[in-house]
Amino acid sequence: MDDFFLLSLSTLDSTLRLSTPLILCAMAGIFSERSGIIDIGLEGKLLAGAFAAAAMAAYSGSAMLGLIAAIITSISMALLHGFACITHKGNQVVSGLAINILASGLTVTFGIAWFHQGGQTPNLSGDARFSPITFPGAEMIREIPFFGPIYTELLSGHNLLVYVAFLAVPLTWWVLYKTRFGLRLRAVGENPQAVDTAGISVTFLRYRAVICAGILCGIAGAYLSTAHNAAFGREMSAGQGYIALAAMIFGKWRPVPGLLACLLFGFLNALAFRLEGVSVPGIGQIPVQLMQSLPYVLTVILLAGFIGKAIAPKAIGRPYVKER
Amino acid sequence: MSSPNKTLPGWIDIGLIPLINIALAFLVSGFVIWLIGEDPIEAVKIMINGAFGYDEALGYTLYYTTNFIFTGLAVAVAFHASLFNIGGEGQAYIGGLGVGLLCLLLDQYVPLWVILPLAIIASGLFGAAWAYVPAYLQAYRGSHIVITTIMFNFIAAALMNYLLVNVLIARGSGSPESRVFEETAWLPFMHEIFAWFGAEITRSPLNLSIVLAGFASIFVWFFIWHTRWGYAIRMLGHNENAAQYSGIDTKRVIIGTMCLSGALASFVGINEIMGVHHRILLEFTAGYGFTGIAVSLMGRNHPVGIIIASLLFGALYQGGAELAFEIPTIQKEMITTIQGLVILFCGALAFMIRPTLERIFSNFTQENKTAVVE
Repeated sequence: MDDFFLLSLSTLDSTLRLSTPLILCAMAGIFSERSGIIDIGLEGKLLAGAFAAAAMAAYSGSAMLGLIAAIITSISMALLHGFACITHKGNQVVSGLAINILASGLTVTFGIAWFHQGGQTPNLSGDARFSPITFPGAEMIREIPFFGPIYTELLSGHNLLVYVAFLAVPLTWWVLYKTRFGLRLRAVGENPQAVDTAGISVTFLRYRAVICAGILCGIAGAYLSTAHNAAFGREMSAGQGYIALAAMIFGKWRPVPGLLACLLFGFLNALAFRLEGVSVPGIGQIPVQLMQSLPYVLTVILLAGFIGKAIAPKAIGRPYVKER
Repeated sequence: MSSPNKTLPGWIDIGLIPLINIALAFLVSGFVIWLIGEDPIEAVKIMINGAFGYDEALGYTLYYTTNFIFTGLAVAVAFHASLFNIGGEGQAYIGGLGVGLLCLLLDQYVPLWVILPLAIIASGLFGAAWAYVPAYLQAYRGSHIVITTIMFNFIAAALMNYLLVNVLIARGSGSPESRVFEETAWLPFMHEIFAWFGAEITRSPLNLSIVLAGFASIFVWFFIWHTRWGYAIRMLGHNENAAQYSGIDTKRVIIGTMCLSGALASFVGINEIMGVHHRILLEFTAGYGFTGIAVSLMGRNHPVGIIIASLLFGALYQGGAELAFEIPTIQKEMITTIQGLVILFCGALAFMIRPTLERIFSNFTQENKTAVVE
């Protein structure tokens, strides 16, 4: 029993670590999509952010500078997305796809040119990475049964960006539902005409929304390459931006359900690692591929309307044209 | 997709604007090459020579072109119904599974001329089936086709991974691949076909499926512009409400279009599995499904444009491989970058230069008019 407790604790621990980039990207997606801009480009911004963070951290030796570089890079990709679909009213899906493909091409191209390691960045160590933060008293209460291990193993000992991700959720909630900016952002995703009639610029609002998305994806990217791993590797985002997109839809474009969806998908992933090659009593071996595809399958089932109903923001995907 | 309002003459809309967009995409690509410290002009020279300079290169270029024609047509057919099929990659993957299974099943018993038509049917059915579910969900359950097709790409990858690692893997093999088909299930290479007629060309992976690609292009052109189904598809693409009022069963058209699109994408499997690899293997689609989007956007959803764009991308792929060989700092990811820029400029920013051109053009015509009045 005790073994099982510790084992599940370590699975939950890796759930937290695996869901961190998902949470950040899902919140990014919520900002963008609630303002009416489809964001397929989460994946690309995540990847570009990861590369920028690792490159900057390798160059300067500072993880913080890496984080800043990641955020700037991700914001500039978000602005490109905005330029295409807000200013020039281009197709938002096409633009997002272009960003993803550009990111996967440019990161490796620049990686090879700058570091000569086949697209990888040099290994980071010391201050160039975000190191684990140990909570006060973690060692002291380790011995207390049940709560001790939860505090020490599960809650304490993650790096800064994990906590940032979990703080991003209440922050997103607060911004969206409790501030004037959030009210307007949601309104512009539902009925841009009304917002425009009230004398508020639809364009400026949507640009601010995609910038918020850029910031969050940048943090997620920095987490991948300078906190969770110790270097950038080609295609290291490995579809996590798309899983975050799925989680955002699974959470019906709301921060807290989105968080839960990310935790669920992160948990499935952690479980897949845990169950690899292990035979489950009564079922036998569960194919790891089944666990990997579950987030996508679940999202499709949700979208099909079999688990509640996912209703997208009303004006999503439609460029706003002011009447002449 | 959205149709531009008619303030510019046709040749600017169909000819000049796409050309400027492509030029911009290549200009920025050149800038990236310059940024990483290489000479863009030199790169272009190596690429052109690597893509067309000698027989073998040309063969490779056309072999890539074949894949892009299939995926480009797939995306274009869906575009005409205003549907965005991002799932070409997964449909091609599953289509290849259909081809491979059929070959594994029949290759010891029947000759090629029996296998080939059956393989085309199997491929089409598998690809269409993989597109059917997202199409059904879009038509009847209101879920967005873009999201579901993305999800289906990942599901296809997981499924194929499972099948190859656990089920189809050849006995005693270390890598997740099926057994190699008997030669009866090999599509003849072009150099073999030419040899039958006594002509000698250099060996390359180019095979009979390029002929299939040609037929597919003609079929799509005829189907979209000269049949009532094509008319229904285009009407749905322009205005769903109008299509519904005029008695078109829009739900069935959505499903039919997506199935056709999936079937077209799946023919990548014929080229790759039956034509080149002769076994089922992991990730043989290699991003061709996504490149199809760039091809379709660049070719403006018309088979002629798609063939030209496919040739260009085929040349980029083959020339790019040569380039990676000659200049080690420029790897195949540079081609990915170019592809992204083409999608950006020809797709997302397609109307960026339009207002400017409109202004120039209207100034020009007005000057002419005032000149005539005076």
